[in-house]
Amino acid sequence: MMSDTAVRSVAHGEAAVAPPMDDAALRAKARWAWRETLILYRRAPEIRLASSLSPVEIFVALYYGGCLRYDPGMPFAEGRDRLIVSKGHGSLSLYPILADLGYFPQEVLETVGQPGSFLGGIPDPVVPGYETINGSLGHGLGVAVGMALGLKRKGSDRRVFAVVGDAELHEGSNWEAIMFASQHGLDNLCLIVDDNGVAMLGPTEQIVSHGVLDARLGAFGWDARTVDGHDVVAVRDCLQSMKGSDGGRPLALVARTKKGRGVPGLEGAPLAHVLNPSADVIDTLIGQEA
Amino acid sequence: MTVKPIAMRDAFLDRIWRAMADAPDVVFVTADFGSPVLDRIRADFPERFINVGIAEQNLINVCSGLALEGFRVFAYAIAPFITMRCHEQIRVNLALLSALRPMNVTLIGVGAGFSYALSGPTHQCFEDLTVMRALPNVQVFSPADHMTATAVAEKRLQEGGIAYVRMDAQPMTVLYPDGCVLEGDGYQVHRVGGETCLVATGAMTHVALEVAESVAGDGLDLGVIDLVTLNGYRQDDLARLLSGYARVVTLEEGFAGRGGLDALIRDLLPPGLPVLNIGVPPAYRFEIGNRRDLWEQAQIGPRAVAGRVRAFCQDAVA
Repeated sequence: MMSDTAVRSVAHGEAAVAPPMDDAALRAKARWAWRETLILYRRAPEIRLASSLSPVEIFVALYYGGCLRYDPGMPFAEGRDRLIVSKGHGSLSLYPILADLGYFPQEVLETVGQPGSFLGGIPDPVVPGYETINGSLGHGLGVAVGMALGLKRKGSDRRVFAVVGDAELHEGSNWEAIMFASQHGLDNLCLIVDDNGVAMLGPTEQIVSHGVLDARLGAFGWDARTVDGHDVVAVRDCLQSMKGSDGGRPLALVARTKKGRGVPGLEGAPLAHVLNPSADVIDTLIGQEA
Repeated sequence: MTVKPIAMRDAFLDRIWRAMADAPDVVFVTADFGSPVLDRIRADFPERFINVGIAEQNLINVCSGLALEGFRVFAYAIAPFITMRCHEQIRVNLALLSALRPMNVTLIGVGAGFSYALSGPTHQCFEDLTVMRALPNVQVFSPADHMTATAVAEKRLQEGGIAYVRMDAQPMTVLYPDGCVLEGDGYQVHRVGGETCLVATGAMTHVALEVAESVAGDGLDLGVIDLVTLNGYRQDDLARLLSGYARVVTLEEGFAGRGGLDALIRDLLPPGLPVLNIGVPPAYRFEIGNRRDLWEQAQIGPRAVAGRVRAFCQDAVA
């Protein structure tokens, strides 16, 4: 069943923008995606739940908030905006969204984690809607930079978004890409940091601190802002307002989020990445939202 | 016909430069590594010449992104850096990703073996064949002269996918004055020989030909094959050809017994066929000097190889 998000039929090679939802619908969609992610976890408890819950509102704002141009019928349509989800293991909340939009049938969600399913623990482009190989960290932003440069060279006005975790920014390859992007004025590139503050073994700040991340990105020549990453309306507004930066600077949105958001025992836990909440806890949450 | 030797990279880049005028989808990306011909690309196609700086990880990632946007990409750096500094970027964003999405990226690594004779072990390169051959979806080319390098450039302009081209940093005597045609399994038979065949690649093909001349005086008629394509995929013709010999010798300017040319050839041979694998003993060497001296010290120079080939053939007879 298609959701209330209709995707306009478009000419070959063009990509549609779903009609943006109003604020209340957007918030409801974010709750829905959060609950759907819990349901996925119940089906496949091996998947990374905590890091998939922090970027829920980011994905909802992108796909339902009119921020991303896409065509589920033609995932690689030239006219699409590109979204690279570099923290692939922490993006399983995107599965229900992609199914909802028609990238693949809803029934496929029931196969998550099962032998033969294309919905595994770390999505690659075998999942319709994913652009690149993900999950090995520190790769997505550099590839996004190459795409943004390629789009500019082609004279395209399409944009590239890259969702990267805060702890993923420990990989030095990101900073090579960050320096290159500002040098080349890639204002068609938008880095979204899912700043959930927790790596695998504890708080990012205690491992290697990023200091004030937006200031640090600003010092590297980026137009960087910070937003409450769980306020889907604020995330959408921020992404909307950041279209076309001043001075050709690449854009960065630091979305302050919580790993394991909304799940007792998971949210706020320094080891949230590897904790597996019990079925009872999850079932209770799913029931409350029904 | 005599053809004056030039550096492989200049021959290769010249072919790319000539193609770029009519091929707006060809882009050239370097990690702050140059050559005289590269200056022409930089001057004539500034929009399609990108210097990422000394940042090989970003070099590969940017190339990947450009390839996903439909560009044919050539990436250029010193051999050990473009193959090993950024190996996981190559693995994830080229080898792996190209299994799922059409991509066209050629990695050009300059400085095979002891090429950078004075620079020592950081710049010398003995592991690249091993690590690049390990990756599925990556073609490996190892030219022995600049005419072959031109042929590889031509091939890369015609074909897609991911490739690594291993180039010597020094000009090599021309083996193919009339041009090199790269077809089939990507090898050239220089001498058919008798019972023993020596398979070499890159600069070692020149050593192999010297060795063949030298042992001919002892009545040993050595076959010599220059293997240009080391992709490790189906090389049935080469396998058939080699199975006709009584003995096979491999010769590479890379670590012996570490999965390079020797392993590739061993996999092609019928069981029981006697093989002698000659390469650089797997240890890092800090001597600097001229190339030929370094070769002899590492037991891969013409004198050392001729001696080992003679002994190998005599043992087999005895």
